[in-house]
Amino acid sequence: MLDFLHDWLPSIWVAWFFAVFLLILVRTLRPSRRAALERQAMIPLQDDAG
Amino acid sequence: MPEGSATIPAPVLERLHLSTQPDYVDGPVRAFAVATVFWGLAGFAAGLFIALQLAFPALNLGLEWTTFGRLRPLHTSAVIFAFGGNALLFSSLYIVQRTCRARLFGGEDAGWFLFGGYNLFIVVAATGYLLGITQGKEYAEPEWYADLWLAVVWIAYLVVFGGTILRRTEPHIYVANWFFLSFIITIAMLHIGNNVVLPVGLSSRSYTFAAGVQDAMIQWWYGHNAVGFFLTSGFLGMMYYFIPKQADRPIYSYRLSIVHFWSLTFLYIWAGPHHLHYTALPDWAQTLGMVFSIMLWMPSWGGMINGLMTLSGAWDKLRTDPALRFSVAAVGFYGMATFEGPVMSIRAVNALSHYTDWTIGHVHSGALGWNGFIIFGALYWIVPKLWNKPGLYSTRLVSWHFWLASLGIVLYAAAMWVAGIMQGLMWRAYDSLGFLQYSFVESVAAMHPYYVIRAGGGVLYLAGAVLMAVNLWRTIAASAASAVPATLRAA
Repeated sequence: MLDFLHDWLPSIWVAWFFAVFLLILVRTLRPSRRAALERQAMIPLQDDAG
Repeated sequence: MPEGSATIPAPVLERLHLSTQPDYVDGPVRAFAVATVFWGLAGFAAGLFIALQLAFPALNLGLEWTTFGRLRPLHTSAVIFAFGGNALLFSSLYIVQRTCRARLFGGEDAGWFLFGGYNLFIVVAATGYLLGITQGKEYAEPEWYADLWLAVVWIAYLVVFGGTILRRTEPHIYVANWFFLSFIITIAMLHIGNNVVLPVGLSSRSYTFAAGVQDAMIQWWYGHNAVGFFLTSGFLGMMYYFIPKQADRPIYSYRLSIVHFWSLTFLYIWAGPHHLHYTALPDWAQTLGMVFSIMLWMPSWGGMINGLMTLSGAWDKLRTDPALRFSVAAVGFYGMATFEGPVMSIRAVNALSHYTDWTIGHVHSGALGWNGFIIFGALYWIVPKLWNKPGLYSTRLVSWHFWLASLGIVLYAAAMWVAGIMQGLMWRAYDSLGFLQYSFVESVAAMHPYYVIRAGGGVLYLAGAVLMAVNLWRTIAASAASAVPATLRAA
Protein backbone atom coordinates (compact mmCIF):
# COMPACT_ATOMS: atom_id res chain seq x y z
CA MET A 1 0.00 0.00 0.00
CA LEU A 2 2.79 2.35 0.99
CA ASP A 3 4.65 1.55 -2.23
CA PHE A 4 1.53 2.22 -4.25
CA LEU A 5 1.06 5.61 -2.58
CA HIS A 6 4.73 6.46 -3.07
CA ASP A 7 4.52 5.64 -6.78
CA TRP A 8 1.19 7.20 -7.57
CA LEU A 9 0.49 9.97 -5.09
CA PRO A 10 2.70 12.61 -6.79
CA SER A 11 0.95 12.04 -10.12
CA ILE A 12 -2.51 11.94 -8.56
CA TRP A 13 -1.71 15.14 -6.68
CA VAL A 14 -0.74 16.94 -9.90
CA ALA A 15 -3.91 15.76 -11.63
CA TRP A 16 -6.00 16.80 -8.61
CA PHE A 17 -4.51 20.31 -8.59
CA PHE A 18 -5.04 20.62 -12.31
CA ALA A 19 -8.69 19.59 -11.92
CA VAL A 20 -9.20 22.10 -9.09
CA PHE A 21 -7.69 24.87 -11.23
CA LEU A 22 -9.93 23.95 -14.16
CA LEU A 23 -12.98 24.09 -11.89
CA ILE A 24 -11.96 27.55 -10.69
CA LEU A 25 -11.57 28.70 -14.30
CA VAL A 26 -14.97 27.34 -15.32
CA ARG A 27 -16.68 28.93 -12.33
CA THR A 28 -14.97 32.30 -12.88
CA LEU A 29 -15.50 32.51 -16.63
CA ARG A 30 -19.14 31.31 -16.71
CA PRO A 31 -21.16 34.02 -18.52
CA SER A 32 -23.87 33.96 -15.85
CA ARG A 33 -21.32 35.20 -13.28
CA ARG A 34 -20.48 38.39 -15.17
CA ALA A 35 -22.93 40.70 -13.41
CA ALA A 36 -22.02 39.46 -9.93
CA LEU A 37 -18.31 39.85 -10.61
CA GLU A 38 -18.79 43.38 -11.92
CA ARG A 39 -20.60 44.27 -8.70
CA GLN A 40 -17.76 42.79 -6.64
CA ALA A 41 -15.22 44.87 -8.55
CA MET A 42 -16.97 47.99 -7.21
CA ILE A 43 -16.27 47.15 -3.55
CA PRO A 44 -13.25 49.48 -3.14
CA LEU A 45 -15.19 52.37 -4.66
CA GLN A 46 -18.13 51.87 -2.34
CA ASP A 47 -16.25 51.69 0.92
CA ASP A 48 -16.32 54.56 3.35
CA ALA A 49 -12.59 54.75 3.39
CA GLY A 50 -12.11 58.46 3.35
CA MET B 1 -21.77 72.99 9.37
CA PRO B 2 -18.35 71.53 10.26
CA GLU B 3 -15.33 73.53 9.20
CA GLY B 4 -13.97 72.64 5.78
CA SER B 5 -17.12 70.93 4.55
CA ALA B 6 -17.83 73.71 2.05
CA THR B 7 -15.03 72.34 -0.15
CA ILE B 8 -16.46 68.82 -0.33
CA PRO B 9 -17.88 68.08 -3.81
CA ALA B 10 -21.54 67.17 -4.13
CA PRO B 11 -21.02 63.58 -5.39
CA VAL B 12 -18.99 62.87 -2.31
CA LEU B 13 -21.62 64.33 -0.04
CA GLU B 14 -24.11 61.98 -1.65
CA ARG B 15 -22.04 59.08 -0.46
CA LEU B 16 -22.12 60.21 3.12
CA HIS B 17 -24.10 57.32 4.46
CA LEU B 18 -21.57 57.15 7.21
CA SER B 19 -23.87 56.27 10.05
CA THR B 20 -23.14 52.62 9.18
CA GLN B 21 -19.36 53.06 8.97
CA PRO B 22 -17.52 50.91 11.53
CA ASP B 23 -15.12 52.56 13.93
CA TYR B 24 -11.98 51.68 11.97
CA VAL B 25 -8.67 51.15 13.79
CA ASP B 26 -6.33 53.71 12.21
CA GLY B 27 -3.79 54.57 14.94
CA PRO B 28 -1.49 51.57 14.30
CA VAL B 29 -2.02 52.00 10.54
CA ARG B 30 -0.63 55.54 10.82
CA ALA B 31 2.32 54.24 12.83
CA PHE B 32 3.06 51.61 10.17
CA ALA B 33 2.95 54.32 7.48
CA VAL B 34 5.46 56.49 9.38
CA ALA B 35 7.69 53.44 9.97
CA THR B 36 7.53 52.68 6.24
CA VAL B 37 8.98 56.10 5.41
CA PHE B 38 11.61 55.87 8.17
CA TRP B 39 12.82 52.39 7.21
CA GLY B 40 12.72 53.31 3.53
CA LEU B 41 15.16 56.17 4.12
CA ALA B 42 17.36 53.98 6.34
CA GLY B 43 17.34 51.08 3.88
CA PHE B 44 18.06 53.24 0.82
CA ALA B 45 20.90 55.01 2.67
CA ALA B 46 22.40 51.66 3.70
CA GLY B 47 22.12 50.48 0.08
CA LEU B 48 23.88 53.58 -1.18
CA PHE B 49 26.65 53.14 1.37
CA ILE B 50 27.36 49.52 0.43
CA ALA B 51 27.19 50.45 -3.29
CA LEU B 52 29.92 53.00 -2.58
CA GLN B 53 31.86 50.36 -0.62
CA LEU B 54 31.98 48.19 -3.74
CA ALA B 55 33.32 51.13 -5.78
CA PHE B 56 35.61 52.41 -3.02
CA PRO B 57 36.56 49.54 -0.64
CA ALA B 58 38.23 51.93 1.82
CA LEU B 59 34.69 52.72 2.98
CA ASN B 60 34.66 49.37 4.80
CA LEU B 61 36.52 51.51 7.37
CA GLY B 62 38.60 48.58 8.59
CA LEU B 63 35.98 47.75 11.22
CA GLU B 64 34.23 44.39 11.38
CA TRP B 65 30.84 46.04 12.09
CA THR B 66 30.94 48.18 8.94
CA THR B 67 32.17 45.60 6.44
CA PHE B 68 30.13 44.94 3.30
CA GLY B 69 29.37 41.40 4.52
CA ARG B 70 27.54 42.69 7.59
CA LEU B 71 25.94 45.76 6.06
CA ARG B 72 24.57 43.98 3.01
CA PRO B 73 21.96 41.93 4.95
CA LEU B 74 21.23 45.08 6.94
CA HIS B 75 20.32 46.80 3.64
CA THR B 76 18.28 43.92 2.19
CA SER B 77 16.36 43.36 5.43
CA ALA B 78 15.76 47.10 5.88
CA VAL B 79 14.27 47.54 2.43
CA ILE B 80 12.41 44.21 2.11
CA PHE B 81 11.22 43.44 5.63
CA ALA B 82 11.27 46.88 7.27
CA PHE B 83 10.24 49.22 4.42
CA GLY B 84 8.24 46.63 2.45
CA GLY B 85 6.91 44.81 5.51
CA ASN B 86 5.62 47.93 7.25
CA ALA B 87 4.03 49.00 3.95
CA LEU B 88 2.29 45.62 3.62
CA LEU B 89 1.04 45.91 7.19
CA PHE B 90 -0.33 49.45 6.86
CA SER B 91 -2.00 48.69 3.56
CA SER B 92 -3.42 45.27 4.49
CA LEU B 93 -4.84 46.48 7.81
CA TYR B 94 -6.33 49.56 6.15
CA ILE B 95 -7.75 47.68 3.15
CA VAL B 96 -9.20 44.69 4.99
CA GLN B 97 -11.24 46.96 7.25
CA ARG B 98 -12.61 49.08 4.38
CA THR B 99 -13.36 46.27 1.95
CA CYS B 100 -14.91 44.05 4.64
CA ARG B 101 -16.68 47.00 6.33
CA ALA B 102 -15.52 45.68 9.67
CA ARG B 103 -13.43 46.95 12.56
CA LEU B 104 -10.04 45.30 12.94
CA PHE B 105 -10.27 42.02 14.88
CA GLY B 106 -8.63 42.61 18.25
CA GLY B 107 -9.06 46.38 17.96
CA GLU B 108 -6.41 48.98 18.74
CA ASP B 109 -4.51 46.67 21.11
CA ALA B 110 -3.98 44.01 18.46
CA GLY B 111 -2.88 46.66 15.94
CA TRP B 112 -0.34 48.14 18.38
CA PHE B 113 0.95 44.66 19.28
CA LEU B 114 1.59 43.99 15.59
CA PHE B 115 3.33 47.35 15.16
CA GLY B 116 5.54 46.99 18.24
CA GLY B 117 6.20 43.29 17.72
CA TYR B 118 7.13 43.53 14.06
CA ASN B 119 9.41 46.53 14.45
CA LEU B 120 11.05 44.96 17.50
CA PHE B 121 11.89 41.96 15.33
CA ILE B 122 13.50 44.26 12.77
CA VAL B 123 15.66 46.01 15.36
CA VAL B 124 16.72 42.72 16.99
CA ALA B 125 17.59 41.16 13.60
CA ALA B 126 19.45 44.26 12.36
CA THR B 127 21.60 44.65 15.47
CA GLY B 128 22.44 40.96 15.20
CA TYR B 129 23.77 41.42 11.66
CA LEU B 130 26.09 44.21 12.77
CA LEU B 131 27.43 41.97 15.55
CA GLY B 132 28.01 39.15 13.07
CA ILE B 133 25.09 36.98 14.24
CA THR B 134 23.61 35.36 11.14
CA GLN B 135 22.38 32.02 9.82
CA GLY B 136 24.15 32.80 6.56
CA LYS B 137 20.97 32.21 4.55
CA GLU B 138 20.03 34.95 2.11
CA TYR B 139 16.90 36.84 3.24
CA ALA B 140 16.69 34.46 6.24
CA GLU B 141 19.70 35.76 8.14
CA PRO B 142 18.12 36.27 11.59
CA GLU B 143 19.05 33.63 14.17
CA TRP B 144 16.62 31.41 16.07
CA TYR B 145 15.63 33.83 18.85
CA ALA B 146 14.56 36.52 16.36
CA ASP B 147 12.86 33.89 14.17
CA LEU B 148 10.81 32.59 17.11
CA TRP B 149 9.59 36.09 17.94
CA LEU B 150 8.67 36.78 14.30
CA ALA B 151 6.68 33.51 14.19
CA VAL B 152 4.63 34.69 17.19
CA VAL B 153 4.00 38.12 15.64
CA TRP B 154 3.17 36.65 12.24
CA ILE B 155 0.63 34.19 13.61
CA ALA B 156 -0.96 37.08 15.51
CA TYR B 157 -1.09 38.97 12.19
CA LEU B 158 -2.88 36.00 10.59
CA VAL B 159 -5.39 35.89 13.45
CA VAL B 160 -6.04 39.66 13.26
CA PHE B 161 -6.37 39.70 9.46
CA GLY B 162 -8.39 36.47 9.25
CA GLY B 163 -10.58 37.51 12.18
CA THR B 164 -11.42 40.78 10.44
CA ILE B 165 -12.44 38.87 7.31
CA LEU B 166 -14.61 36.54 9.39
CA ARG B 167 -16.50 39.45 10.99
CA ARG B 168 -17.07 41.23 7.64
CA THR B 169 -20.43 42.77 6.80
CA GLU B 170 -19.63 42.83 3.06
CA PRO B 171 -20.67 39.37 1.76
CA HIS B 172 -17.87 39.05 -0.83
CA ILE B 173 -14.17 38.94 0.10
CA TYR B 174 -12.55 41.46 -2.27
CA VAL B 175 -9.66 40.04 -4.32
CA ALA B 176 -7.02 42.26 -2.66
CA ASN B 177 -7.73 40.39 0.57
CA TRP B 178 -7.16 37.05 -1.17
CA PHE B 179 -3.69 38.21 -2.17
CA PHE B 180 -2.97 39.47 1.36
CA LEU B 181 -4.21 36.25 2.92
CA SER B 182 -2.09 34.07 0.62
CA PHE B 183 0.90 36.31 1.45
CA ILE B 184 0.37 35.97 5.22
CA ILE B 185 -0.26 32.19 5.20
CA THR B 186 2.58 31.35 2.83
CA ILE B 187 5.13 33.53 4.61
CA ALA B 188 4.21 31.81 7.90
CA MET B 189 4.76 28.41 6.26
CA LEU B 190 8.03 29.45 4.59
CA HIS B 191 9.45 31.18 7.65
CA ILE B 192 8.77 28.23 9.95
CA GLY B 193 9.84 25.62 7.36
CA ASN B 194 13.15 27.30 6.57
CA ASN B 195 14.10 28.03 10.17
CA VAL B 196 13.87 24.60 11.78
CA VAL B 197 17.14 24.71 13.70
CA LEU B 198 18.74 23.41 16.88
CA PRO B 199 20.11 26.22 19.07
CA VAL B 200 23.59 25.58 20.46
CA GLY B 201 22.94 25.74 24.20
CA LEU B 202 21.82 29.22 25.15
CA SER B 203 24.03 30.90 22.58
CA SER B 204 22.79 32.94 19.66
CA ARG B 205 23.99 30.25 17.23
CA SER B 206 22.21 27.22 15.82
CA TYR B 207 22.51 24.22 13.50
CA THR B 208 20.04 23.72 10.68
CA PHE B 209 17.83 20.64 10.62
CA ALA B 210 18.63 19.81 6.99
CA ALA B 211 22.09 19.74 5.45
CA GLY B 212 23.76 19.90 2.04
CA VAL B 213 21.62 20.14 -1.08
CA GLN B 214 18.44 19.51 0.93
CA ASP B 215 19.18 22.61 2.99
CA ALA B 216 19.89 24.56 -0.18
CA MET B 217 16.60 23.42 -1.71
CA ILE B 218 14.63 24.38 1.41
CA GLN B 219 16.44 27.76 1.49
CA TRP B 220 15.49 28.57 -2.12
CA TRP B 221 11.99 27.21 -1.71
CA TYR B 222 11.85 29.87 1.01
CA GLY B 223 13.87 32.51 -0.86
CA HIS B 224 12.03 32.44 -4.13
CA ASN B 225 8.62 32.30 -2.49
CA ALA B 226 9.56 35.20 -0.26
CA VAL B 227 9.84 37.05 -3.57
CA GLY B 228 6.64 35.42 -4.81
CA PHE B 229 4.42 35.94 -1.81
CA PHE B 230 6.02 38.79 0.15
CA LEU B 231 7.15 41.02 -2.73
CA THR B 232 4.54 39.93 -5.27
CA SER B 233 1.26 38.65 -3.79
CA GLY B 234 1.18 41.17 -0.95
CA PHE B 235 2.00 44.05 -3.27
CA LEU B 236 -0.61 42.87 -5.78
CA GLY B 237 -3.09 43.21 -2.93
CA MET B 238 -2.02 46.85 -2.73
CA MET B 239 -2.34 47.24 -6.51
CA TYR B 240 -5.87 45.84 -6.61
CA TYR B 241 -7.03 48.40 -4.06
CA PHE B 242 -4.99 51.55 -4.56
CA ILE B 243 -5.09 51.77 -8.37
CA PRO B 244 -8.92 51.60 -8.49
CA LYS B 245 -9.07 54.17 -5.68
CA GLN B 246 -6.58 56.52 -7.32
CA ALA B 247 -8.13 56.16 -10.78
CA ASP B 248 -11.65 56.26 -9.30
CA ARG B 249 -12.76 53.32 -11.43
CA PRO B 250 -13.04 49.57 -10.80
CA ILE B 251 -10.33 47.14 -11.79
CA TYR B 252 -10.40 46.48 -15.57
CA SER B 253 -11.46 42.82 -15.24
CA TYR B 254 -12.45 41.28 -11.94
CA ARG B 255 -12.51 37.89 -13.66
CA LEU B 256 -8.91 38.30 -14.71
CA SER B 257 -7.96 39.24 -11.16
CA ILE B 258 -9.37 35.93 -9.89
CA VAL B 259 -7.59 33.91 -12.59
CA HIS B 260 -4.45 35.97 -11.82
CA PHE B 261 -4.67 35.04 -8.14
CA TRP B 262 -5.17 31.32 -8.55
CA SER B 263 -2.67 30.79 -11.36
CA LEU B 264 0.00 32.78 -9.51
CA THR B 265 -0.67 30.86 -6.30
CA PHE B 266 -0.62 27.47 -8.02
CA LEU B 267 2.58 28.13 -10.00
CA TYR B 268 4.87 30.27 -7.85
CA ILE B 269 5.59 27.71 -5.14
CA TRP B 270 7.38 25.42 -7.63
CA ALA B 271 9.81 27.93 -9.12
CA GLY B 272 12.49 27.99 -6.38
CA PRO B 273 14.89 25.40 -7.87
CA HIS B 274 15.87 27.85 -10.65
CA HIS B 275 18.18 29.41 -8.02
CA LEU B 276 20.17 26.17 -7.94
CA HIS B 277 20.94 25.53 -11.63
CA TYR B 278 24.19 23.62 -12.24
CA THR B 279 24.46 22.56 -8.60
CA ALA B 280 24.15 19.19 -6.85
CA LEU B 281 20.36 19.50 -7.09
CA PRO B 282 18.99 16.74 -9.39
CA ASP B 283 18.47 17.82 -13.01
CA TRP B 284 14.74 17.02 -12.91
CA ALA B 285 14.26 19.48 -10.04
CA GLN B 286 16.19 22.20 -11.90
CA THR B 287 14.06 21.63 -15.00
CA LEU B 288 10.89 21.70 -12.90
CA GLY B 289 11.87 25.08 -11.45
CA MET B 290 12.67 26.44 -14.90
CA VAL B 291 9.41 25.25 -16.49
CA PHE B 292 7.25 26.66 -13.70
CA SER B 293 9.15 29.95 -13.85
CA ILE B 294 8.39 30.26 -17.55
CA MET B 295 4.74 29.41 -16.96
CA LEU B 296 4.62 32.33 -14.50
CA TRP B 297 4.87 34.72 -17.45
CA MET B 298 1.18 34.37 -18.16
CA PRO B 299 -0.37 35.19 -14.78
CA SER B 300 2.19 37.93 -14.21
CA TRP B 301 1.41 39.65 -17.48
CA GLY B 302 -2.31 39.06 -16.98
CA GLY B 303 -2.04 40.98 -13.73
CA MET B 304 0.02 43.73 -15.31
CA ILE B 305 -2.50 44.16 -18.13
CA ASN B 306 -5.32 44.24 -15.58
CA GLY B 307 -3.60 46.99 -13.61
CA LEU B 308 -2.69 49.10 -16.61
CA MET B 309 -6.04 48.73 -18.39
CA THR B 310 -7.80 50.04 -15.29
CA LEU B 311 -6.60 53.42 -16.54
CA SER B 312 -8.41 52.81 -19.83
CA GLY B 313 -10.35 55.96 -20.63
CA ALA B 314 -8.65 57.87 -17.82
CA TRP B 315 -5.06 58.10 -18.98
CA ASP B 316 -5.27 61.89 -18.67
CA LYS B 317 -5.16 61.45 -14.87
CA LEU B 318 -1.49 60.56 -15.23
CA ARG B 319 -0.74 64.15 -16.26
CA THR B 320 -2.38 65.68 -13.23
CA ASP B 321 -1.82 63.05 -10.55
CA PRO B 322 1.86 62.16 -10.06
CA ALA B 323 0.96 59.77 -7.22
CA LEU B 324 -1.10 57.69 -9.68
CA ARG B 325 1.88 57.92 -12.04
CA PHE B 326 3.93 56.08 -9.40
CA SER B 327 1.35 53.29 -9.12
CA VAL B 328 1.01 52.82 -12.86
CA ALA B 329 4.77 52.95 -13.50
CA ALA B 330 5.08 50.33 -10.73
CA VAL B 331 2.83 47.98 -12.69
CA GLY B 332 5.01 48.57 -15.77
CA PHE B 333 8.10 47.61 -13.76
CA TYR B 334 6.22 44.55 -12.48
CA GLY B 335 5.69 43.50 -16.09
CA MET B 336 9.35 44.06 -16.99
CA ALA B 337 10.73 42.26 -13.93
CA THR B 338 8.39 39.30 -14.38
CA PHE B 339 9.46 39.01 -18.00
CA GLU B 340 13.16 39.13 -17.20
CA GLY B 341 12.92 36.65 -14.28
CA PRO B 342 11.65 33.71 -16.36
CA VAL B 343 14.25 34.51 -19.07
CA MET B 344 16.99 34.29 -16.43
CA SER B 345 15.56 31.02 -15.10
CA ILE B 346 16.28 29.29 -18.43
CA ARG B 347 19.34 27.16 -17.76
CA ALA B 348 21.33 28.34 -20.78
CA VAL B 349 20.73 32.00 -19.85
CA ASN B 350 21.39 31.28 -16.18
CA ALA B 351 24.78 29.83 -17.10
CA LEU B 352 25.75 33.37 -18.08
CA SER B 353 23.76 35.41 -15.58
CA HIS B 354 24.17 33.46 -12.33
CA TYR B 355 26.55 34.94 -9.73
CA THR B 356 26.89 38.13 -11.82
CA ASP B 357 25.51 41.62 -11.22
CA TRP B 358 22.86 40.99 -13.88
CA THR B 359 20.93 39.33 -11.02
CA ILE B 360 21.42 42.45 -8.90
CA GLY B 361 20.09 44.62 -11.73
CA HIS B 362 17.09 42.32 -12.17
CA VAL B 363 16.24 42.32 -8.46
CA HIS B 364 16.52 46.10 -8.23
CA SER B 365 14.38 46.83 -11.28
CA GLY B 366 11.70 44.85 -9.44
CA ALA B 367 12.40 46.19 -5.95
CA LEU B 368 12.95 49.86 -6.82
CA GLY B 369 10.44 49.99 -9.66
CA TRP B 370 7.63 47.63 -8.65
CA ASN B 371 7.76 47.47 -4.84
CA GLY B 372 9.16 50.96 -4.22
CA PHE B 373 6.87 52.77 -6.65
CA ILE B 374 3.67 51.02 -5.56
CA ILE B 375 4.51 51.93 -1.93
CA PHE B 376 5.21 55.56 -2.86
CA GLY B 377 1.90 55.77 -4.76
CA ALA B 378 0.04 54.22 -1.82
CA LEU B 379 1.70 56.55 0.72
CA TYR B 380 0.85 59.66 -1.30
CA TRP B 381 -2.77 58.52 -1.45
CA ILE B 382 -3.21 57.26 2.09
CA VAL B 383 -1.35 59.83 4.21
CA PRO B 384 -3.80 62.70 3.61
CA LYS B 385 -6.68 60.28 4.27
CA LEU B 386 -5.21 58.88 7.50
CA TRP B 387 -4.32 62.29 8.87
CA ASN B 388 -7.57 63.82 7.74
CA LYS B 389 -6.06 66.40 5.37
CA PRO B 390 -7.57 67.72 2.14
CA GLY B 391 -4.52 66.80 0.06
CA LEU B 392 -0.76 66.62 -0.15
CA TYR B 393 1.48 69.53 0.78
CA SER B 394 2.93 69.64 -2.75
CA THR B 395 2.15 67.65 -5.90
CA ARG B 396 5.13 69.36 -7.53
CA LEU B 397 7.42 67.59 -5.05
CA VAL B 398 5.72 64.29 -5.93
CA SER B 399 6.53 64.96 -9.56
CA TRP B 400 10.18 65.68 -8.69
CA HIS B 401 10.28 62.49 -6.67
CA PHE B 402 8.91 60.50 -9.60
CA TRP B 403 11.46 61.72 -12.11
CA LEU B 404 14.43 61.51 -9.73
CA ALA B 405 13.51 57.94 -8.77
CA SER B 406 12.87 56.91 -12.39
CA LEU B 407 16.22 58.28 -13.53
CA GLY B 408 17.86 56.58 -10.56
CA ILE B 409 16.42 53.20 -11.58
CA VAL B 410 17.52 53.67 -15.19
CA LEU B 411 21.11 54.38 -14.10
CA TYR B 412 21.07 51.52 -11.60
CA ALA B 413 19.53 48.83 -13.78
CA ALA B 414 21.35 49.74 -17.01
CA ALA B 415 24.74 49.80 -15.22
CA MET B 416 24.12 46.43 -13.61
CA TRP B 417 22.82 44.79 -16.77
CA VAL B 418 25.87 45.87 -18.78
CA ALA B 419 28.25 45.07 -15.93
CA GLY B 420 26.67 41.70 -15.23
CA ILE B 421 26.76 40.49 -18.83
CA MET B 422 30.34 41.73 -19.14
CA GLN B 423 31.24 39.88 -15.94
CA GLY B 424 29.69 36.63 -17.17
CA LEU B 425 31.41 36.89 -20.55
CA MET B 426 34.79 37.63 -18.93
CA TRP B 427 34.49 34.60 -16.63
CA ARG B 428 33.78 32.21 -19.49
CA ALA B 429 36.28 33.60 -22.03
CA TYR B 430 39.03 31.18 -23.08
CA ASP B 431 42.16 31.84 -25.10
CA SER B 432 43.35 29.72 -28.03
CA LEU B 433 45.20 27.35 -25.67
CA GLY B 434 42.12 26.69 -23.55
CA PHE B 435 43.20 28.82 -20.58
CA LEU B 436 40.94 31.38 -18.94
CA GLN B 437 41.46 34.70 -20.71
CA TYR B 438 40.91 36.86 -17.63
CA SER B 439 41.81 36.46 -14.00
CA PHE B 440 38.99 37.04 -11.52
CA VAL B 441 40.56 40.28 -10.30
CA GLU B 442 40.50 41.68 -13.84
CA SER B 443 36.74 41.23 -13.92
CA VAL B 444 36.51 43.00 -10.54
CA ALA B 445 38.58 45.94 -11.81
CA ALA B 446 36.40 46.18 -14.94
CA MET B 447 33.34 46.66 -12.73
CA HIS B 448 34.54 49.89 -11.15
CA PRO B 449 32.90 52.45 -13.51
CA TYR B 450 29.60 50.56 -13.39
CA TYR B 451 29.68 50.48 -9.59
CA VAL B 452 30.12 54.26 -9.59
CA ILE B 453 27.18 54.72 -12.02
CA ARG B 454 25.05 52.39 -9.86
CA ALA B 455 25.85 54.45 -6.77
CA GLY B 456 24.83 57.57 -8.74
CA GLY B 457 21.46 55.93 -9.40
CA GLY B 458 21.17 55.23 -5.68
CA VAL B 459 21.85 58.88 -4.85
CA LEU B 460 18.95 59.94 -7.10
CA TYR B 461 16.58 57.33 -5.67
CA LEU B 462 17.46 58.32 -2.10
CA ALA B 463 17.11 62.02 -2.92
CA GLY B 464 13.61 61.38 -4.24
CA ALA B 465 12.69 59.50 -1.05
CA VAL B 466 13.95 62.43 1.06
CA LEU B 467 11.63 64.74 -0.93
CA MET B 468 8.77 62.33 -0.21
CA ALA B 469 9.53 62.33 3.52
CA VAL B 470 9.55 66.15 3.58
CA ASN B 471 6.34 66.31 1.56
CA LEU B 472 4.52 63.80 3.77
CA TRP B 473 5.81 65.47 6.93
CA ARG B 474 4.57 68.87 5.77
CA THR B 475 1.26 67.27 4.83
CA ILE B 476 0.82 65.76 8.28
CA ALA B 477 2.02 68.91 10.04
CA ALA B 478 -0.31 71.19 8.06
CA SER B 479 -2.46 73.37 10.29
CA ALA B 480 -5.51 71.84 11.89
CA ALA B 481 -7.62 74.46 10.09
CA SER B 482 -6.99 72.69 6.78
CA ALA B 483 -8.21 69.35 8.10
CA VAL B 484 -11.34 67.74 6.72
CA PRO B 485 -13.67 66.37 9.41
CA ALA B 486 -13.48 62.59 9.51
CA THR B 487 -17.16 62.25 8.75
CA LEU B 488 -16.80 64.26 5.54
CA ARG B 489 -13.74 62.66 4.00
CA ALA B 490 -13.95 61.83 0.31
CA ALA B 491 -14.35 58.14 -0.39
